[in-house]
Amino acid sequence: MATAIAVEGLKKSYKKHEVLKGVGFTVEAGTIFALLGSNGAGKTTTINILTTLIAADGGKASVNGNDIALKAEAVRQSISLTGQFAAVDDILTGRENLELIGDLRHIDNSGRTAKELLEKFGLTEASDRRVATYSGGMRRRLDIAMSLIGKPSVIFLDEPTTGLDPEARSEMWRTIRQLAANGTTIFLTTQYLEEADQLADTIALLHGGTIVAKGTARELKKLVPGGLVELTFHDMQQMQHAEKLLQKQYEIVRGDSGLVLTVTNGGGITELADLLVRLRDAQIELADFVQKTPTLDDVFFKLTGAKKEEK
Amino acid sequence: MRALKDTWTMAKRSLKHIVRSPDTVITVLITPIAMMLMFLYVLGGALGQQTGSVKYINFITPGIIILTVISGIAYAAFRLNVDIQKGIINRFRTMPVAPSSILGGQAASSALSNLFSSLIVLLVAFAAGFRTHAGLVEWLLFAGLTVLFTLATTWMAIYFGLKAKSAEGAGSFSYLLMLLIFLSPSFVPTSSMTPALRKFAENQPFTPIIETMRSLLTNGVAGNKAWLALAWTTGILVLMYGLSLRAYKSKAAVVNG
Repeated sequence: MATAIAVEGLKKSYKKHEVLKGVGFTVEAGTIFALLGSNGAGKTTTINILTTLIAADGGKASVNGNDIALKAEAVRQSISLTGQFAAVDDILTGRENLELIGDLRHIDNSGRTAKELLEKFGLTEASDRRVATYSGGMRRRLDIAMSLIGKPSVIFLDEPTTGLDPEARSEMWRTIRQLAANGTTIFLTTQYLEEADQLADTIALLHGGTIVAKGTARELKKLVPGGLVELTFHDMQQMQHAEKLLQKQYEIVRGDSGLVLTVTNGGGITELADLLVRLRDAQIELADFVQKTPTLDDVFFKLTGAKKEEK
Repeated sequence: MRALKDTWTMAKRSLKHIVRSPDTVITVLITPIAMMLMFLYVLGGALGQQTGSVKYINFITPGIIILTVISGIAYAAFRLNVDIQKGIINRFRTMPVAPSSILGGQAASSALSNLFSSLIVLLVAFAAGFRTHAGLVEWLLFAGLTVLFTLATTWMAIYFGLKAKSAEGAGSFSYLLMLLIFLSPSFVPTSSMTPALRKFAENQPFTPIIETMRSLLTNGVAGNKAWLALAWTTGILVLMYGLSLRAYKSKAAVVNG
């Protein structure tokens, strides 16, 4: 597989604040890559550098083999950027917005392309209305449609679903999957672990100015040892009993609802059996029992040291 | 060729913006027309004594045209800054389009729209008694100088539009330019000013421009200040064009930077 984006030792500071301290990753052509990080982690800065909006202080990056600093013009030929806030022209109509981008990209028939995209994104009825009258979801759809004109081979999406309702979000996910299925490389940033889990072939976790982990969702989940077992009890007495019994050996957290304990164990069968045998020997009965595999949340919180409560 | 086409694409977009906000067109026209009427009918009786053989309406019309242009270009700064604040400029910046085309579109639409409002103001001036012996050549030279002046000040507007922190503040530089109009022989001859002010008024860039315009319209000749007027406008144009392109290229992504 060909490499669409290659980044090495990327650095960027604003005044004295070091945002990127040597970021590196590669993105294979035709895949979905998610740059995951919390607010202020430097996701937008990375995207701004890769889309030639700002210059890096150090490091190297290329898109489709073109160095972003030396061949910015060639990079711009093959990319498009959809920023965090819909970059649409309020005063123009939806159709005019699309035709404007079509004309600037010198495609053969801006009018026809605009019409097709309006249809594809369910904007045909609103096509001749000024964008100022569009809803948030419609603006977002138009924004994406504008990014598709000229068929760029690499599409950058900066937090594409932030601020969208659940329906609009799953619609966006569908669009992104479709694009990737047609061979477009997608680079997206997100602070939603679920989004990265759902969409991305490869995930890189940006924290403290560096990539602290990268891989597939499955690979990342393996970084959290063991599993969690959620035990539900019939009454408080039994729960306290169990807590006393197990806390010497395991890490235990009381659940939000009254009668639940969450126990961290090795995740293996033997350890699980040991846990259950101990409870049986102490004649503690369980109302419910759930074995949980680690989620990306767990990986994220483990690697970034963030507390779950701060989520 | 491609750059010209892109410039025209951007100019068409900008012209749509202008046409679709008629309130800004009216605002642009109201200021100079109100000023003209005020100077003519309120102050004209007194000030008209100062201009000798030249009819007062003929005397002030070039200055009024300059005022029209200045009140028009402020909106170019405003519109450009709105593009920045809304993030659409970042879309253009990541596309294979030359910076000179993105900004040049604003300049072209500004020149066209200001030529149009200058024409309207001229018609009002005619209705108020303005008369000229200028022939076609003088009118063309007059229009050419107006366009050149518009382009020079529009590139200034583009620069301030790129630099301003908010759309509201983007046009504020135009108040300084308005002041320059009043500190020139637009409405009264410099001979009636105090010596210090007179020295300033006679040497500032707007003066040769206004005097050349007046000479073209009233005497039918370009006059001896024409080269100076041309030098000032061209100089400002080249300087502001260069500064604007530099500001555009170095501009960090302001939106959610």
